[in-house]
Amino acid sequence: MHNLIRFILKHHFILLFVIIQTFSLTLMFQHNNFHKSVAVNAVRSVKGAVNKRIFNFKEYMKLREINEKLIYENSKLRNQLMNSFFQVKADTVIEFDSVYKKQYRYISAKIADNSTNKQHNYITIDKGKIHGVETEMGVVSTDGVVGIVTGVSEHFSTVMPILNINLRISAKIEESGFFGSLFWNGRDPGKASLIDIPHHAELNEGDNIVTSGYSAIFPEGIRIGTITGYEIEGGNFYNATVELSTDFQNLSHVYVIVNYLREEQSELENINLND
Amino acid sequence: MIEVLPRNIMRFITLVIFQVFILNNIQFLGYINPYIYVLFILLLPFETPKWFLLVAAFTLGIAIDLFSHTPGLHSSATVFMAFLRPFVLSHFAPRDGYEPGTFPRIHYYGFSWFFKYASILIVSHHLILFFMEVFHFHNPFFTLWRALLSSGFSILLVVLSQYFIYRR
Repeated sequence: MHNLIRFILKHHFILLFVIIQTFSLTLMFQHNNFHKSVAVNAVRSVKGAVNKRIFNFKEYMKLREINEKLIYENSKLRNQLMNSFFQVKADTVIEFDSVYKKQYRYISAKIADNSTNKQHNYITIDKGKIHGVETEMGVVSTDGVVGIVTGVSEHFSTVMPILNINLRISAKIEESGFFGSLFWNGRDPGKASLIDIPHHAELNEGDNIVTSGYSAIFPEGIRIGTITGYEIEGGNFYNATVELSTDFQNLSHVYVIVNYLREEQSELENINLND
Repeated sequence: MIEVLPRNIMRFITLVIFQVFILNNIQFLGYINPYIYVLFILLLPFETPKWFLLVAAFTLGIAIDLFSHTPGLHSSATVFMAFLRPFVLSHFAPRDGYEPGTFPRIHYYGFSWFFKYASILIVSHHLILFFMEVFHFHNPFFTLWRALLSSGFSILLVVLSQYFIYRR
């Protein structure tokens, strides 16, 4: 006991440093969403890697069964091909019924807090759970895409804007239809990068970049920005610089997009994943 | 000697206000953000007990954190810097030690001594701060570049403050 006290007194500076530093880091991991998510993700990725191995092995064992299924399906589809039929009548006209169902609803919101000077910027808006906002909903302004809702409380929500190096948005070129992935490189709050556009695509300065509509978050064709320059990266893909149409440093009103069919789409996609 | 405590308290408050309300809203060239509040730790008297150094650094860091919504970030960087201070001070000590009644300032120990002392501590503080904020190593040289540029500006402001505010 006596020795312990002497030890503590002798090394009190280092001990106190370790205690205070541990306390600070605990604070940081508990209260900063980003740092917390990194810690959680590290655990999750180990778990995910193991699960993936097991899944791959199972899938390999099922290959014979899958092959048989595919052959069966192939033959069924071949039977439905146009050239396995002959035409009986030439004067058939097909008419489509034009009753549309509403798929998207817009909730207007005001910016409560905004930053553009960090690497992980977040926006807070004044609409929350009671207004119908949920996580993973898209947020747009009148100029174009703003970001995606990442956290919801009763009356407020946090939005991860394009100006956060962790956000990736599926985008396409309006003129040619080729799509790629858009993200911010952490430097200029007015510019983002568009990658994964194949090198045979037609690309011009001034092309409009819009959302692709492949995820259930944004409807198709919402403006993101215009191409101001591009280069070929690694021989196969373009790396284009996009000037964002939304002015993040001067943002006041935004709209949260509610997709009525989102649950249906993601449920279906999850079923496919689980199979 | 008795006026050291109120002076340091005043300095603490002034630096926090200056940092939070003025410097945090300024970005030179887009992403350079000087953090001058560490001047408080730099200017504490030589005789400050080591444990008090850590406690003061934590209080300072958490005060900045509270205003910038980043609990733990500034405090861990500042505590680390305070931890280094005694080692840096003893490394640069004059042959017969620091004279009683003097403070770690240009006025007493000259420009080159102060510059070395301040830059080592400020650069280590900024490195911890910027890498903690980004929290990955995808693009380490960009983070390093940001940290060093901001350190340069902080050192410049700290040295200038020695000539314009704390002349005596």
